[in-house]
Amino acid sequence: MRGAKSAKWVAIAGVVALTATACGGGSDSGGNSGKVDPKGIVSYANGEPQNALQPANTMEAYGSVVINSLFTGLVNYDKQGNITYENAESVTPDKSNKVWTVKLKPGWKFHNGEAVTAKSYVDAWNWSADPANGQQNSAWYRDIVGYDKVHPEKGKGTGKTMSGLKVVDDNTFTITLNTGIPYYAYKLVYSPFYPLPSGALKDPKKFGEAPVGNGPYKFKSWDHKKSIQVTAWPQYKGANKPKNGGVNFKAYTTPQAAYNDLRSDNVDTMPIIPDSELANFKQDFGDRAIEQDFSAINTVNPAFYSKTFKDMDVKVIQGLSMAIDRDTIAKQTFAGTRESASGWVAKGVKGYKAGACGEFCKFNPKKAKQFVKDGGGVPGNKITIQYNADQPHEGWVTAVCNSITKSTGVKCTGDPKTDFQADTEVRDKKQVKAMYRSGWVLDYPFNGNFLADLYGTGVDGNKGGFSDKKFDELTKKADAAKTIDESAALYQKAEKELVNTFPGIPLWYNKTLSAYSKNVKGVEFDQAGDPVLTDIEVFEK
Amino acid sequence: MGRYVARRLLQMIPVFIGTTLLIFIMVNVLPGDPVRALWGDKPPDPAQVAQIRHDRGLDLPLWQQYLHYMGGLLQGDFGKTIAGNRPVLDEISQAFPVSMRLASMAWTFELIVGITLGVLAGVRRGRFVDNTVTLFTLLVISVPIFVIGLLCQLFFGNELGWITPTVQDSESMSQLLVPAIVLGMVGLAYVARLTRTSIAENRSADYMRTAVAKGLPRQRIVTRHLLRNSLIPVVTYLGTDIGTLMGGAVITEGIFNVTGVGNLLFQALARREGAVIVGVVTVLVIVYLIASLIVDLLYAVLDPRIRYA
Repeated sequence: MRGAKSAKWVAIAGVVALTATACGGGSDSGGNSGKVDPKGIVSYANGEPQNALQPANTMEAYGSVVINSLFTGLVNYDKQGNITYENAESVTPDKSNKVWTVKLKPGWKFHNGEAVTAKSYVDAWNWSADPANGQQNSAWYRDIVGYDKVHPEKGKGTGKTMSGLKVVDDNTFTITLNTGIPYYAYKLVYSPFYPLPSGALKDPKKFGEAPVGNGPYKFKSWDHKKSIQVTAWPQYKGANKPKNGGVNFKAYTTPQAAYNDLRSDNVDTMPIIPDSELANFKQDFGDRAIEQDFSAINTVNPAFYSKTFKDMDVKVIQGLSMAIDRDTIAKQTFAGTRESASGWVAKGVKGYKAGACGEFCKFNPKKAKQFVKDGGGVPGNKITIQYNADQPHEGWVTAVCNSITKSTGVKCTGDPKTDFQADTEVRDKKQVKAMYRSGWVLDYPFNGNFLADLYGTGVDGNKGGFSDKKFDELTKKADAAKTIDESAALYQKAEKELVNTFPGIPLWYNKTLSAYSKNVKGVEFDQAGDPVLTDIEVFEK
Repeated sequence: MGRYVARRLLQMIPVFIGTTLLIFIMVNVLPGDPVRALWGDKPPDPAQVAQIRHDRGLDLPLWQQYLHYMGGLLQGDFGKTIAGNRPVLDEISQAFPVSMRLASMAWTFELIVGITLGVLAGVRRGRFVDNTVTLFTLLVISVPIFVIGLLCQLFFGNELGWITPTVQDSESMSQLLVPAIVLGMVGLAYVARLTRTSIAENRSADYMRTAVAKGLPRQRIVTRHLLRNSLIPVVTYLGTDIGTLMGGAVITEGIFNVTGVGNLLFQALARREGAVIVGVVTVLVIVYLIASLIVDLLYAVLDPRIRYA
């Protein structure tokens, strides 16, 4: 029986190869009765966070949305871009905007019962600033005196604490900055400035898997690549008390999968409608479709170090800008979900003023041709726009190029890089051939964030090698202003100045596009594109 | 027989080293820096970048990195991810059981349904059943898998509501059923066609005539004589298909939101997570090697004339 003997060997080899276990399960959802259930759980289409859940180590969307539900910072901002006080009672600068005094609302606690004090903030920031603790967002503390001692660009730090942070009493601390920044309070909105309980510094690894915050929701569980669950915390002292019982952040691998689940009410809302559904999502969801302003802007920026733009007359760039039919492209490739930009600052931030770009951002093919001609034309009569092909950019880049070629006769083609990483590398190495696609989402709702941080000489966000003394001086003046309003007004001046140098061609303002299921109501997004989770109400089942 | 298996197992070592080295080099040649990418659009922090590079051993020359990696691998250490600093083994041991379940369901589906259809078509060659099967398999082969997947999702999930459009729990067998059927579709078509051709060929063989002349019952002729002798090409296909189903289910996994190996590999490639890519591929190579070994051994079971020494 040769066959039988062979079969035994097969079985043994098979054991090495495969062992699988199985378990069943399922869930079903029914209709709603129209009544709100204050204990209902909202499910949100998310993805697996990139890093452990630490406020100063989270910058991508999947982690941020969870962190923001667990923590409440000192301040936040409203729809007009004005500061609102959350855990802080007041945040006041001195005359030079250099020393900021933070007073906390007393009586706040972390989810584990520990009191939130001035020390919870100062210790957390010092710990996060230390490069040894590997917190990705530590550069946010760089305005504070003593940061360079703790976190030098190269080599080991010489200190463990930033001298600019001082605890005055349990509920008061001061922040001393290297230079006065009138709008510094805005920066405090961002997650690196959240407080941490003492346990977070003692056992950061454990904390990263099960964070303890001071926010409206309390951490419940994190099932990697499946879901993160948080529940409403009854002792929460802030104004934004949850109107629901908690949130289930479900991990999706693609937005398309999330969208299909949303259509069948298997998930309650999602951060952004996938591009392939832009044309139908309003039809699919009717009045449950969401279209809101989102403080982000798309531009096409010249690389001023490139052969094409090295000695270019600004008139040519102005001409190229006028050659782009923004409205039509928005209608055709984005199904009308974008709005033509009229300046370099996105909507919904303090200091936004429409029309900074003036006639140069309006489609005018005749004038465009004239300007390009008067400016001496484009070397070789051709330009390229670099973009990353892993995102749906090809459509609009081609449309923009066609528009330019049609209006001015300059040959324009797309220059695709395989993915975002390859694209970034070329930009970082300053090897862009002519122009590149760019976009900016607000860090904080202040116009300076869209100006000084992108077009200032030598700043990190300035990838096109743009430099203009006049603009730098104007931003410096704005930074030295006495009040936020003054500063914003001065930044508006700086924005106006960009018309004469054109470091980027503004294209469109983005919008937050989303929808929600039949199980919930009251779904809204803020201008940073984040959902306002605490306001969502869940219907009884 | 035992010696044959031992020799085959030993042969796996150079194949294993070769593939890992190749993948390792290829990942490093890809443009883009995974550490830089952690910061996305925002400017990276040089001190942190240096720190992370040092932590993960990315500042060493490539050959040292490889030796390091292999050294760790022998002790069961697959290294750590660049983003999040999680052990790669955690990622792998989370994704593989899911894919294994999905793949084995798809595989069983294509095995049972595929062979049954193939036998039916082969035995009744040129008749109605045969034509139907040929037409059906042609359709399945010519329609891309994502079309089948999306149609199933839209029809059963969004329209009829029989299933949830995506898999809510990647470890639930009942939820994986539809994705598994979609995944097994193409394989099913090939299995059915292979079986059909092979059966049709063998039907006129001498031993078949002998069996019929002996007066054996028809059932026994088909299963014991005809099918067993016709299965060798089918088994070869089914064996190599295990690996494809495990690692190549990117599209199906994406549509149905299954967090399996294909998805893990895809994400890792997008993020240039070298350790994850090499780790997953290593395990997949082992799966392939073992599957092909089993296939070779099965030949002897099916055809006693084949012997190994």
